[in-house]
Order: sequence, then C-alpha cells, then structure tokens
Amino acid sequence: MSEISTYDGQPLPFEQVAKAIAERRSTYGRASGLRIDRAERGEAWTSLPYQFVFIGDMESGVIHGGVVTAMLDESCGMAVQLALDGSRSIATLDLRIDYVHPATPGQPVLADAECVRLTSNVAFTRAVAHHGDPADPIASSAGTFMMGTKGSVIQAQTLGARFAGGPS
Amino acid sequence: MSLHLERLRKARDEGNLAALAEAIPYAQWMGMAPENSTGELLTRLRYRPDLIGNTHLPALHGGTIGALMEMAAIFHLLWELDNETLPKIVNITVDYLRSGRPVDTIAKATVTKQGRRVVNVSVEAWQEDRARPVAAAQIHFLVNAPT
Repeated sequence: MSEISTYDGQPLPFEQVAKAIAERRSTYGRASGLRIDRAERGEAWTSLPYQFVFIGDMESGVIHGGVVTAMLDESCGMAVQLALDGSRSIATLDLRIDYVHPATPGQPVLADAECVRLTSNVAFTRAVAHHGDPADPIASSAGTFMMGTKGSVIQAQTLGARFAGGPS
Repeated sequence: MSLHLERLRKARDEGNLAALAEAIPYAQWMGMAPENSTGELLTRLRYRPDLIGNTHLPALHGGTIGALMEMAAIFHLLWELDNETLPKIVNITVDYLRSGRPVDTIAKATVTKQGRRVVNVSVEAWQEDRARPVAAAQIHFLVNAPT
C-alpha cells in the first residue's frame, strides 16, 4: 500500500473525485458503452444502452446476465470511489446478483448503486438494475470491495494529468 | 421446443462445440468459447485489451470474469443436460480470489445439485495455473421452466 502514502494529506474534494470517475472508465466499461449519469457522495447512477452484441438468448433478444453482472460490478465500484477521497484503489471481493426479472429487449439498462458502509478495509455496496423504475428491478446486487489494494489511485491520476499538461 | 434450442441440440448431437458459442451474440462479442480438447468441457475467455478493468495493474474487469463464469455454466448445461428450454439464471455469487492478469481465463462448471426445476452449478476460473483460481462462483438456474 505504499502508493497510497505518496499523496497522504491531500484528499481530493468530492467534485474532483466525481469528475475523475466520469472521465476515467475501465476499458471494458468504455467498450460496453456504460455511462455515469449522476454522482453523489457514495452513490452512482449509470446507464447502458441496448446493443445486439449483449444478447444471450437469440429467441427473445434478452441480454445475457453477464452484461448486467459487469454493469453492476462497475457501478458499485464507482459508488465506493465516490464515498472515498480518491486516495485508495479498490478491488471487488464478492458480488451476489439476483436476476429478479428478465431485461426488456431494446431498452437501456439503468443502475442505481450505493456504498452503504465503509470500514477500514472493506466497503459494502448495494445496487439495483432497472428500466426506469427502481421499484420494478431487473436485478439487485450486494457486493463487497477491498480498499487499499494494488492499482491506480484517482489522486495520482488527477495530479499526474495536471503535471502532464506541461508548464503553465 | 424453440428453433433456437433445436439448433443448440443439433450442435451438441453433432459434437459441434463452436456452434454453441456462435448461437450467443454476447459470447461471440466477449470472445468466450467452449472447448473440450482435454476431455472435459472448459470455457475460455480469450484475452483482449477491451477486457481490462484496472489499466494501472493491469487487471481484468471483475464483471467480465463474472460473465465468463455464467457463460461456462450455461455451456455446460446445454452440453450435458437435456433441456426443454434455455437455462434461466436465478442468481450468481462470485468470489474474487486473485486479480486477473491480462491473459486468457478458463472456467470449468460442475453441477452441484440437479433438481427437477432448479440446478445448482459451481464454477471455478483460473489462468495459467489451475491450482491458483482467480474466481469461484455458485449459480442457480431454472431449467425446463415454461417461459
């Protein structure tokens, strides 16, 4: 965890963390077309437009469960980062998903993800995927994330980008 | 029985594994395909840069590993069982054990319990060393359920 101490004492303001998360998307997230629509402290609202390549059942056109798994994993990760100050990197520890209703073909999937609790090592999350009404979900998830893992730190990226801009 | 399932059954009866993946757009897009060169049915997620979640390490996106495990279970059920319908996922629990490096990932599904309506499947995923799994999952599917 030595990379974390590099930026100790310089927590990023929430607005900067939110901006960094909106700009930095995992490669898979970008490839799939996942967007973050709204961010609050510890909460992320995301959307994923329907694509033919997401289909798991050709007969019905219903998207593959894995599409929802990947979306909820990333959305919950965003919610955890939005609860932190950008100084720690995170990794999924476990993720449980209930597929309560098949997704409607052709419709974008929306996800509401929330970091419900932060302890010193573990972040607990909850999320629902739906088509516009969170009370009528497609899937719901409970996941935990380890914090302070190896990997990129938002602060480092943001500061790095600032310096990479050259002398002002 | 649906035309789609008929096609999948035909692929199985002919031992045509490739046709199984070709029938599922998400499997094709992700680069996931079943193989049985070693005598057991495995599902491989071919590495490509689009699968990265953490660009700094780099590490595979956890969600793509989850998707692989679900796909491995479905391929296994289509291949091993006589289904009247496509297996319908009820829920999945994935434990992430190690970060996935930027190489191919392989998953093996095992039926833990087969009931009349519900099948419990466990899946293990690894990369170069099978003794060092990157993730483990438990999945419930509804089988032979009216749609």
